[in-house]
Amino acid sequence: MAIVAQSSKAGRASRATLAWIVGLLFFFPIFWMVLTSFKTDADAVKPEFLIFFQPTLENYLNMTENYDYWRFARNSVITAVFATIFALAVGIPCAYAMAFNPSRSTKDVLMWMLSTKMLPAAAVLYPMTFLTKSMGLFDTKFLIIVVLMLINLPIVIWMLFTYFKEIPKEIIEAGQMDGVSTWGEIREILIPLAWGGIASTALLCFIFCWNEAYWTVRLTTTDAATLSKLIEGNRAPEGLFFGRLSAVSTAAVGPIVVLGWFCQKQLVQGLTFGAVK
Amino acid sequence: MGRIQLESVTKSFGDVQVIPPLDLTIEDGEFAVFVGPSGCGKSTLLRLIAGLEETTSGKVMIDGADVTPVSPSKRGLAMVFQTYALYPHMTVRKNIAFPMRMAGLSEVEQEKRIMAAAESLNLTDYLDRKPGQLSGGQRQRVAIGRAIVRDPKAFLFDEPLSNLDAALRVGMRLEITEMHERMKTTMIYVTHDQVEAMTMADKIVVLRAGVIEQVGSPLELYRAPRSLFVAGFIGSPKMNFIEGDEANKRGAKTIGIRPEHIDVVKDGGLWQGKVGVAEHLGSDTFFHIHSTGLTDTLTVRTVGDVALRHGDTIHLNPREDELHRFDDAGLRIA
Repeated sequence: MAIVAQSSKAGRASRATLAWIVGLLFFFPIFWMVLTSFKTDADAVKPEFLIFFQPTLENYLNMTENYDYWRFARNSVITAVFATIFALAVGIPCAYAMAFNPSRSTKDVLMWMLSTKMLPAAAVLYPMTFLTKSMGLFDTKFLIIVVLMLINLPIVIWMLFTYFKEIPKEIIEAGQMDGVSTWGEIREILIPLAWGGIASTALLCFIFCWNEAYWTVRLTTTDAATLSKLIEGNRAPEGLFFGRLSAVSTAAVGPIVVLGWFCQKQLVQGLTFGAVK
Repeated sequence: MGRIQLESVTKSFGDVQVIPPLDLTIEDGEFAVFVGPSGCGKSTLLRLIAGLEETTSGKVMIDGADVTPVSPSKRGLAMVFQTYALYPHMTVRKNIAFPMRMAGLSEVEQEKRIMAAAESLNLTDYLDRKPGQLSGGQRQRVAIGRAIVRDPKAFLFDEPLSNLDAALRVGMRLEITEMHERMKTTMIYVTHDQVEAMTMADKIVVLRAGVIEQVGSPLELYRAPRSLFVAGFIGSPKMNFIEGDEANKRGAKTIGIRPEHIDVVKDGGLWQGKVGVAEHLGSDTFFHIHSTGLTDTLTVRTVGDVALRHGDTIHLNPREDELHRFDDAGLRIA
C-alpha cells in the first residue's frame, strides 16, 4: 500500500511539473511580448538589454497618439460583438431545428457545414476581394461583420447543437402540448435551459472574431480596420520596430485575455463539453 | 367534449410500418388505456393523437373535426409524460401557470386555477420550489397539475407512473382514477402494466405490433379474450395454456385456464401434479404445479394459506365453464 501511495504521489508531482513546463512554454512568448513592449525599438534588438533595461511607455503613447489605437479597438469591438450576435441569431434557430426535428440528412448538413471550414481561405481571396470591391462593400464594418459571422457560423451551430441535444426532447414536446409557438419555445424554454451553453458559445465566437486576421487584414484599409490590421501595419520587413510591434500586439490581445480570464469557467466548459459524460 | 377518432391511421418510420391501417374511437369522457408489450406502438399511437408525430396516412379527428394537419399546440389536448418533462428553470407555480400564460389567461384566473390544482394535488406547500427539489411523486403531480389547469378536451398519459416506486404507483393510480371520476374528461393512458389497465380503464385497447388485438372493458377482456395473446396478456398471474390431448379432446388447438379457476383437491381430480414453488402473498398463494401428463407447469391460485408442501402430490380440477378454447390461428373458439 505504502509503495502504491508513494508512486502515485511521485506521479502527481511529475505530472504537475510537466503541466508547469507546458504552461510556461505557452506563456513565454506572451511574457516576452509584454516585456518587449516596454523597451524602445533600439533596446529591443540589443542583447545586453535582454532582461534588464530602462522601461518606457513610449511605444504605448506613440500608439495612441500616432496610430489612433482607439479607432481600431472600436472597430474590433463593433465587428466582434455584432458578428457574435448575428451568428447566435442564425445559429440558435438552426441548431434548435436540427436538434429537435432531425431529418435523415441532419448529420450530412452538419458535416457539410464543418466542411466549409476545410476550404483554404486563400482559395477564395481573389473572388472575395473583387466581389466586395465591385459591390462597394470593401472596407466596411458591415462586410467584416458578415464575414466574421459566416466563418464562425459552423462552429457556433455545432456547439449549440451539442448543447441542445442534452436537453430532453420531452421538455420541448411538453411546451408544444402547452400551446407554445416555435418562437415561444426557443424564447421561453430553450434559451433559459441552454443559457450556459449559449454563453460559452458566444464567448468563443467573440474571441474567434476578435482574433481573426486573414480577412480583416485583407478586406479593410482604414474605415473598418480592426486591431489585427493595426498589428499588421506595424510589421516592418526589416524587423526594426519590435518595441512598437509588441506594444500594439499587447494592446490588441489585452482585452481578450482579460475577458478570457474572467470567463475561464465558461470557456473550459465550452471547450470540453461532451468530452465526458 | 373530447371524442377522439382515428380513421385508417398509419405510421411508418422510413420503410418500417409501425402502425398498419388502424381505426379506433374513444368516446367523450371515456378512460381508455392502450396496453401492450414494449414496442407494440402504443406510445406512437398516443403521440399521433397528440400531434407530436405526423401520421403517414389517415385522419385524426377530435369532436368530429379533422385535426391531422393541426399542430400539437392547437389541438387542445394535455399530455403527461413518463419523464414528467417539467420546465426545470421554473418554479412549480410557473410550471403550472405556463400553459395558461401561453393561452393568455388573466393573472387572476391563473392564480385561481393554480390554487385549485395545487390543493387537489397536495402541492400548496411546494409552489415556490423548483422541480429539482421535489420527489418523483411530487414531480408527477406537478405534471398533472400543469395538464389540469388547461381544461383540455382530453388528457394523454404516456406511462406516467413507470418511474415511481411500487407503493407510490398504487396511490397515484387511485388519484388519477378519482380525478377522472370527478372531471369526466376523456383520458387516454398508455401503459405496459396490465394491472394499471385493468384497474383504471373503462376501455382497454390491447395492441401488438401496431395492430389492435382487442378493444373492450376490462372484464370483457378478462372473460372473453379474443386471442391467445390477449388471454396471456390480461390477468395476473398469467393464464395457463395447455396443448395436446387435453386441448384436442375439447375441439381446440390450445385451451386456456386462469390460475384462479383451478381447484386443488386431495384426490379424484382431472389432472395430477407435484407441488413446485409456492409464492405466499398472505391473501393468496400461487402454486406452480408440475403436472404429469401435461406439458407445461401450471400456476394455481388458492385463497389464503393452503397447507401444501414442495413435492406433495395433488390433484387439479379445472372449472370447465371457465375454460377458454383457441384454434390453430390462436383465435378464440366461441
